[in-house]
Amino acid sequence: MQYLSLVNLHVGDRCKVARIQAGSSATRRLYEMGFNTGAQIQVLKNDRGPIIVGLGGHKIALGRGLAAKMLVGMDQ
Amino acid sequence: MPITIALMGNPNSGKTTLFNALTGANQHVGNWPGVTVERKEGQTRHGNQVYTVVDLPGTYSLGAFSEDEVVAREFILTGNPDVVINVVDATNIERNLYLTTQLLEMGAKVVVALNMVDEAEARQISVDEKALSRRLGIPVIPTVASKRKGIDELMEAATATIRAPLNGHVRLSYGESIDGKIAELEDLLKNGDLAYPPGWLALKLLEGDEYLRKVVDVSLKLQGSDEFTRFWDEMAVQAEDFQLEIVDSRYKFVGDVTKDVVRRPEVAVQTTTDKVDRVLTHKYWGMPIFAVIMFIVFQLTFAIGQDLLGRWMATGVEYAGGLLESLLVTVNAPQWLIDFAENGVVGGVGAVIEFVPLIVILYMLMGFLEDSGYMARAAYVMDNTMRAVGLQGKTFISMIVGFGCNVPGVMATRTLESKKDRMIAILINPFMSCGAKIPIYLVFIAAFFPSYGGLVLFSVYALGILVAFLMGKIFSKTLFKGETSHFIMELPPYRKPTLGNVLRNMWDNVSGFLTRAGTTIFAVVSLLWVLAVLPVGVEPYGAESILGRIGLLIAPIFEPAGFGNWQAAVGLFSGIAAKEAVVAILGMVYAGVEEGMELVMAIREVFTPLTAISFMVMTLLYTPCAATLGTIKKETGSAKWALFSATYTFAIAWVLAVLVFQVGRLLGFS
Ligand SMILES: Nc1nc2c(ncn2[C@@H]2O[C@H](COP(=O)(O)OP(=O)(O)O)[C@@H](O)[C@H]2O)c(=O)[nH]1
Repeated sequence: MQYLSLVNLHVGDRCKVARIQAGSSATRRLYEMGFNTGAQIQVLKNDRGPIIVGLGGHKIALGRGLAAKMLVGMDQ
Repeated sequence: MPITIALMGNPNSGKTTLFNALTGANQHVGNWPGVTVERKEGQTRHGNQVYTVVDLPGTYSLGAFSEDEVVAREFILTGNPDVVINVVDATNIERNLYLTTQLLEMGAKVVVALNMVDEAEARQISVDEKALSRRLGIPVIPTVASKRKGIDELMEAATATIRAPLNGHVRLSYGESIDGKIAELEDLLKNGDLAYPPGWLALKLLEGDEYLRKVVDVSLKLQGSDEFTRFWDEMAVQAEDFQLEIVDSRYKFVGDVTKDVVRRPEVAVQTTTDKVDRVLTHKYWGMPIFAVIMFIVFQLTFAIGQDLLGRWMATGVEYAGGLLESLLVTVNAPQWLIDFAENGVVGGVGAVIEFVPLIVILYMLMGFLEDSGYMARAAYVMDNTMRAVGLQGKTFISMIVGFGCNVPGVMATRTLESKKDRMIAILINPFMSCGAKIPIYLVFIAAFFPSYGGLVLFSVYALGILVAFLMGKIFSKTLFKGETSHFIMELPPYRKPTLGNVLRNMWDNVSGFLTRAGTTIFAVVSLLWVLAVLPVGVEPYGAESILGRIGLLIAPIFEPAGFGNWQAAVGLFSGIAAKEAVVAILGMVYAGVEEGMELVMAIREVFTPLTAISFMVMTLLYTPCAATLGTIKKETGSAKWALFSATYTFAIAWVLAVLVFQVGRLLGFS
């Protein structure tokens, strides 16, 4: 399966978290906030500034640097 | 024996609201020993029993990620709460249950308050709480904290849980290899004689918990355990994978528990939040809207807090002062005591009390923004700009709070997770012009720029922000190198703020201010008064007094900035004690009154428009007040940083004030 970086997705895209390649403490934090392997997310905003994603019905803003390190698999 | 209930929950789950609903006015705020995390405690009653409720910090997890998490879990393990009430947001149940899972791992007695069920219903999310309770093996009580619904049932369940024996505890499986390692490690730890359950400790160590690792290292080293070292050497490469696998296992457990218990509509209901967010976080409009909101907040603060209520307060203080004086006269008090009451107490503390309405209004408005969910958007909107100067969005929130007062401003930096961000945010906070400095500007505006008041005030604030940004950039390139921390922030749904929460938040801050007025500021003005009337026989507040001599001594420093007279020096000197004292002191030394037209006239004689500007620049930027320095010392944990803050701000203020004056003079201004 082809993985994409979260920053490359568009508003409305749905995807699953595949791997996070940030530092170990940031990765853990993301995991604990629900961005664990296989978590379903949807891109809600991606223009300037942090990316906003929907996760379990809630909105979380992620800095672009961090979003770049989150690899996701697109839903078909 | 009092019964203790610990409150635990994710940020934004409604924990504070539930705490307020349970305890009402019976609260007190303190600090956890050794750390800067706030400790809130209160009393509640159910039946004939009184319970102590301890509000633990809101966290997503119980690792060692932040001080908050360590404090919370230490309390649960070693503070012996009789039961833990875990507030779970029904609209976001999976993530909230992650924390619940960790509570169960610890073997705590847990009752779940399934909060926000009203909102869940509005979003057509249904939760079968009976099934959930059965699967988790603990009571699950639906609540609406903001409407005080379900509180009795919750207390009933908590009471029953306290009485019942611990309902065998849930042991998760983390996969064969991890379970094996846990068992192996548990064996090693069993003879360790540590305060924690060995199974849990083993799990946490495998999760890479640095805090517990230190605890274990210290106590096991004493017994010279080589096996332990060997265990980790063998683990080495796998360690990081294990950490994430453990998190995954917990989520898997949560997934199993919620399967068929939680139902969501196929297509999420489009909420008001989404619509509002489209405007408030807009890529172009977000920032201007934020600026306008802040502008309105300050306008309202001044219009209501200063012009309206502040004036009443001033009249009240004057009246009280008059009463006090006539009382002292009738009881034949000595003249010095009357002087002291009039100039020291009423002049000094009274000048501070007059600001109370302003601070009350500012904190209510800020609390309103916070409780509505907007503050998280403000951080979001500012992130880009802040990043350009090596900071991050959340830092801006602490800066805004600093506009009210730098003490809570510095404390607000606690939400920053990285040490680097936090240190910089603390060091630049004093450049945010606090409320106590406003009267100083107002006097100078009245004297020289009566028709440009708004513009001058705006420029002063803008200069403060500019210097803060500049120093932020410099610090992040020099003293605190390293990458700016990542921005991860939940944007909670917009909600109608609860009056109780807004008032409570305001009172927490204002009561601190009042205590300060009654203690520190009272002490400062008393001391200044003593310095102003000694040695015996000199003209009070004259050049011959000790205060005057101190002024004469330091005045030459300010010569290049254009205000090298002893009176101005005395004013600035007293401002290091408390900024509120500056105007009162300037009034006394220039005109023999605390404020008003005489002071303005006197200022007009001594200063020029140019020196007025350089004096305002100095006031804006120089050494923060003693209370702020004290807070900086406490929050950074070192007197060194407080001293650094005191001196570098002074240097910057001096350089800029001199620059203003000298360049202004070259350009022909006076
Ligand atoms: N609709 C609804 N709102 C709630 C409920 N409980 C709390 N709130 C609101 O949710 C927001 C966050 O609550 P707060 O207690 O500050 O959350 P904390 O971060 O967990 O302490 C506030 O605006 C509360 O008024 C509830 O049961 N239903």
